[in-house]
Amino acid sequence: MWRALITALATLGLALPALAQEPGQGQGRGPLRIEITEGVTEPVPIAVPDFLTEDPQLAEFAAKIAGVVRADLAGSGLFRPIPATAFISPITSLDSPVEYRDWQAINAQALLTGKVLAKGDQLSVQFRLFDIFAEAPLGEGLQFTASENSWRRLAHKLADAVYSRITGEGGYFDSRVVFVAESGPKDARDKRLAIMDYDGANLSYLTQPGDLVLAPRISADGARVVYTSYATGRPRVTLMETDTLQTRLIEDPSGAMSFSPRFTPDGKGVLYSYASRGNTDLYQLDLTSGKRTRLTQAPSIETAPSFAPDGSRIVFESDRSGSQQLYVMQADGSDIQRISFGPGQYGSPVWSPKGDLIAFTKQHRGRFHIGVMRPDGSEERLLTASFLDEGPSWAPNGRVLMFTRETPGPAGGAQLFTVDITGRNLRPVPVFGAASDPAWSPLLE
Amino acid sequence: MTRFILVLACLGLAACTQPGGQATAPAQPSADPTSAAYFQSSVGDRVLFPVNEATLSPAARGTLEAQARWLIDNPSYRALIEGHADEQGTREYNLALGARRAAAVQEFLVARGVADGRVETVTFGKERPLAICSDESCYARNRRAVTVVATGGAGV
Repeated sequence: MWRALITALATLGLALPALAQEPGQGQGRGPLRIEITEGVTEPVPIAVPDFLTEDPQLAEFAAKIAGVVRADLAGSGLFRPIPATAFISPITSLDSPVEYRDWQAINAQALLTGKVLAKGDQLSVQFRLFDIFAEAPLGEGLQFTASENSWRRLAHKLADAVYSRITGEGGYFDSRVVFVAESGPKDARDKRLAIMDYDGANLSYLTQPGDLVLAPRISADGARVVYTSYATGRPRVTLMETDTLQTRLIEDPSGAMSFSPRFTPDGKGVLYSYASRGNTDLYQLDLTSGKRTRLTQAPSIETAPSFAPDGSRIVFESDRSGSQQLYVMQADGSDIQRISFGPGQYGSPVWSPKGDLIAFTKQHRGRFHIGVMRPDGSEERLLTASFLDEGPSWAPNGRVLMFTRETPGPAGGAQLFTVDITGRNLRPVPVFGAASDPAWSPLLE
Repeated sequence: MTRFILVLACLGLAACTQPGGQATAPAQPSADPTSAAYFQSSVGDRVLFPVNEATLSPAARGTLEAQARWLIDNPSYRALIEGHADEQGTREYNLALGARRAAAVQEFLVARGVADGRVETVTFGKERPLAICSDESCYARNRRAVTVVATGGAGV
């Protein structure tokens, strides 16, 4: 499934100073820096002229790659690409000195220049990033190489480099999302497994029409997807190899119902819920040995488990208190502690890949919210509100969440949205057709 | 697992449901008291639940008493109980809740003398609503457990 891709990373031959600016240099200010966690109200103006190329056959790629970079940066809510019509000095060469004053005049705070070249049947992009008011390069020039039909990945990698240099956080643009593509009426919804780039491009289906599948999760290496399928008539946790699309059920007792699977951080196991005689508890399956371990033993509902990225603890939801709340336990099921105490019900918790936050769905007074809290339950904040928001999934950098928003009524439907962890930059993901249950992959290799 | 074979005829006024709640066209009432159609229309194939609960109301118990008697009188039938939830709730919780509702019905029928092996359960969570509006009039109909009876092979 994952396109074979050769991505070579090499610094350009020319020596450029790396982040040489000391605070206080330039025009009496430090280097350009966005602190994401403080809530960015005003996006940073950035100039991304169409990339250069000496090969007329690559002109289309040069424009398209710059366009995707601009879309990535604008979509993050942290950057505002300046329209080309405002540019004063044209970029004619990657090596000529930057006319900082011309870019300062249009208030560009950063400038990204790039050049596309062919290397055999591969495409290469060289680029440089400049801090306009510090009048200095931001990091070294870099080059990415990939096959021609992976040109969008080149753009995403480049945008990740820009995002990373200016925010100090990892990027998230070169990533994919596994989700459920929905069609048909509300009382007989057709739900297929699908995969796309994080921005909705390159969509392909992993299962056939006529399916009912729920809540896929993707392994850290992207090689496997685990999800709930009704192919047998009952909800069953199913494992798919993404390159061959081969599937197998991971749970086999006759009459079993299993759901809400999620990989362990090392990808060698699956946490899931198993319902027996009406009681739902948490289990962990070792995919190598087939050994099944029961983690909870209570008459209440225990579901939606998610490991901390270091594998030490598990967050899950339970109605053992009488309503749905979030709990954290040790990886072996011991030391269960409730962490949610606000009004309303809490469900579908997901531990951030950075480990610092837990995202969740909250239901209160007939409204649904996506929220985040610290793993000890403190600093709860709600990021969204609607008739039905649910099922958050973390971007690879732990700074953005994708989730399902469903509209009410007979014509209601599901759509994917993203929001950042400060609650800003809520926006729909442009997916072809109705979509739900997103699972964001880690950054691609 | 042998596929559950359904002989389904719908009665009465509005649409009725197949497994998973898909609406089908109304059909003629069945006078044959040993038919699945009779079970659905005259015995009553479903019970409703309060929000987030799987407790059986007195009305639900009445329906299930009749279901148990019918199943005992018609031993060639097997029952598959589908547990459903309304859309107010997360996907995972509703799957667990549907399983709990289906099990509540299964336990009741078994306690009334229906052989354990004849009754299976499945949860559809909020995936197969019967009524598709987004207010309590629809939600109340969707919080249900539906007993689907069929003559079939050795295993469901």
